[in-house]
Parts: sequence; C-alpha cells; structure tokens
Amino acid sequence: MIEVDPRICLHCAQCVGTCPYMALELNDMHIEVNDNCKKCLWCVVSCPVGALTMVEG
Amino acid sequence: MIDWNMEYDAVIVGAGPAGSHTARFAAEGGAKVVIIEKRQEVGSPVRCAEGAARRSLQEAEVIIDPKWISGEMDGAMIIAPNGNYLEVDEAKAGAEVGYVIERDLFDQALAKTAVQRGAELVLKCSATALIKDDTGKVCGVKVNHMGEEKEIRAKLVIGADGHESLIGRWAGLLPKLEKNDIISGLQYRMTNLDINHKFVQFYLTKEFAPGGYIWIFPKDETTANVGIGIVISEIKHKGHLKELLDGWIAANPKIAQGEIIDIIAGGIPVGHPVDATVMDGLMLVGDAGRQTDPITGGGIGNGCKAGRECGLTIAAAVKANDFSAKFLQMYETAWRDLLEERLYRNWMAKEACLGLDDDVFNKIITTMDEVGITEVNVFNLLVVIKDKHPELVEKFQDLI
Repeated sequence: MIEVDPRICLHCAQCVGTCPYMALELNDMHIEVNDNCKKCLWCVVSCPVGALTMVEG
Repeated sequence: MIDWNMEYDAVIVGAGPAGSHTARFAAEGGAKVVIIEKRQEVGSPVRCAEGAARRSLQEAEVIIDPKWISGEMDGAMIIAPNGNYLEVDEAKAGAEVGYVIERDLFDQALAKTAVQRGAELVLKCSATALIKDDTGKVCGVKVNHMGEEKEIRAKLVIGADGHESLIGRWAGLLPKLEKNDIISGLQYRMTNLDINHKFVQFYLTKEFAPGGYIWIFPKDETTANVGIGIVISEIKHKGHLKELLDGWIAANPKIAQGEIIDIIAGGIPVGHPVDATVMDGLMLVGDAGRQTDPITGGGIGNGCKAGRECGLTIAAAVKANDFSAKFLQMYETAWRDLLEERLYRNWMAKEACLGLDDDVFNKIITTMDEVGITEVNVFNLLVVIKDKHPELVEKFQDLI
C-alpha cells in the first residue's frame, strides 16, 4: 500500500490529480489513500518532494 | 450567509480565480450563486508560480488592483542550455508576460469582488458527491461543512476545483491523463538573489529540466519564485524532481547564494482540450476544465477568461430557465472560441518538444535571436525555425 510521510508532504495534491484511479484524497491537511489503489506508483514518482512510498502489505 | 434550505441557481465548487470570477459574472447577471471552498482561507496556501499575462486579465475584465501585483515585468528571457538567450519585451511576448502576482491576495480579491456583487461564500466546505434526481440529472452537491454532512441544492453545479477536480471526474468528463500530460512542479521562494528583477526567465535544459523548464519569476529586486515543472514521464525515481531543482540551483551561483523562504508544489494538467466541459446541470472551468496552457503551464489568465464566459452563461441560463447541456453550449462555444486553437496547437508543440536535445534548443534560441520576430508565440517560432533549420521542425510539420 501507499504511505504518505506527513513530515515531507506539502499538501499540494499533485498525487490526487495524477492518480488515474481516484485513490487519493486531500482532506484538510492530510492525504488519504483508499481501496481504489492499483499500485501503479504514478503518485510515488510524481510527488514533487518524494513524500510517498510503496510498502508491502 | 448560505441558506441550506434554498435551491440555488448555481453552486460553484472552489474559490480559486476561475470559480470566483465565474461567481462574479453570474451574480452580476442576477443569478443566485454560492461558492464553496474547502480551505479555511481563500488563496492559501499558494500553489502557483504567480505569473499572469496583463492582456489576458484585461480581456477577462479582472479588476486590476496594485495590492496583488508584486512586480510588473518588462519582458521575458528564454535562456538556452549554452547560456545564449532570447529577450522579448511585453509587446512581443504576446499573452505570456506582464505581472508577477501575490496569488493569495489575488484569489482573495476575486472572491471578495464576487461576494460584493452578490455571491455567497462558504469556507471549510468540501464537496463529497454529486446529487442526482430520479432522471439522473445533476441537481446539487453533498458537502461536508466543518464536520457536518449537508446538501446544497442547485440547478447548476460548477466544477472549479482545480487540476485534481472531483466534480469533473464524478461527472465523467475528464479522461485519464497520459504521463506526458501531467506536470509536477516544485518551487522555492528565494531571497538574497542576484537577478534581473524586471524579466521573467525560462531556462531550457535537458540536463536539469527534461520535458519542461526551470523558471525565475521575480517578486522584488532580490526575491523570486525559482521553480521547476516537468512532465511526470521524465521523472525517474522518488524525489527526482527535487534533486533536479536543487542540482540546477547549486550550478548557478547567483541563485545558490540565496536563501529559501517558502516551498511550494503542485500539479498542472497539460493535456489537449477535453471533448466536453458541460453536461445537463454541470460545467467545468479553469484547471478543472483543463484550460491550462500546455506550453507555459499558465492557468490564471485562461481560467479567468473562461470563468467570465461561464458566469455569463449561468446568468443567461437562469433568465431562460434552461439548464440543459444544449443551452450550456453557450459556454462551451465561448471559451473554445477564445482558447481552444491555441491550447491545441501548444499541446502539439509540447508533444513535439519532448525529448529535444540541448543542441536543438541552442540552435532554436540563436536563430530566433538572429532573425527577430514581431510576436513570440509557438506558431511564429516554428515558422522562423523552418526557414533557417528545416530539419529541426520536421516533427512540427502539422503545426505550420
């Protein structure tokens, strides 16, 4: 699954707009990942500051 | 103040420039509109390079206010990888330069104008779903307002909710973007810089900004937005974009001497225009309508121009009591007349530019500087290059 490091995240929503599956949402000041995630990793790569990571599980 | 029991003529989702400008023209035309904004403060935090074309804002009838202007530019410089540059004054730069703005103050000014003209505004209010009637027609939005689930009924729903637009995707109007059609952007506001503060600067460099460019947009004599935007197909690993920007700054002593005072990031859609931005009871405007320029990534001027047309259409629809897709073609036609040809041409030019080598950029800039042209835009640029270096523009044949 995708994890967002809140210490790095700038809440810019680049990942939200990039995700082809509407699997990410910006709620207040944190990014939430839902069950739509297909692990395509577009969000991980496109994050301007590298705040997202794919972890096993 | 919002009346939760009322049916509005339009609910506008997002209080950015496109949403607020839409609301203003709708309200001026007598429509009862409410803008909902998920943040607690309009315009903040900023996610923008803050360049805006004077001509576009004037054409969109934005009320110019010195409060949100941080700099008036004399022109633009396009810098080739070898350091040669093309200098274009504002008259020659077409619709591309003019102001560097304070984007938060700009958004707040447009929202305030909309409210003063009769629109309502609700902060801390996020759209959570479209509401549809028995026939499947959109008739409002479900929202979360400060933790409470509520509904806003409206004859029209306007998606002005940015590049990550939920309204557009719920409506099924926004096809999936290709990796070449999404820009990832990162910008530092820096001070103590040694810069030419009267020119916006665009650096072409495959080494540091493949599939995009690095910009310097001056805020004052020693302060500027220094940023990078590239298509995500060129981003090779996690954190790559930041490495590129940091690498470029380190290689430029006049910038590296500065200090970072703010970090700003965001995404920009740079796909071709979508097939439709309207359906029964719904319209999309601004980045949500994918009206951003695919070459420059600029979205403010286009969003304001389209917002004006969207607002006028809302007012007309109310007078005609017709909220069908057929009636809303008024907006579709109007914004396309203003923007579509340029958007499409610049999208094709962007596709052709992807992957060009630094020596090609060097030749293009040198040629442009030698020949001199009356107005710098993609079309004129290609014509000049075709004359001098036909081999460089084979990929662009369809455009000329």
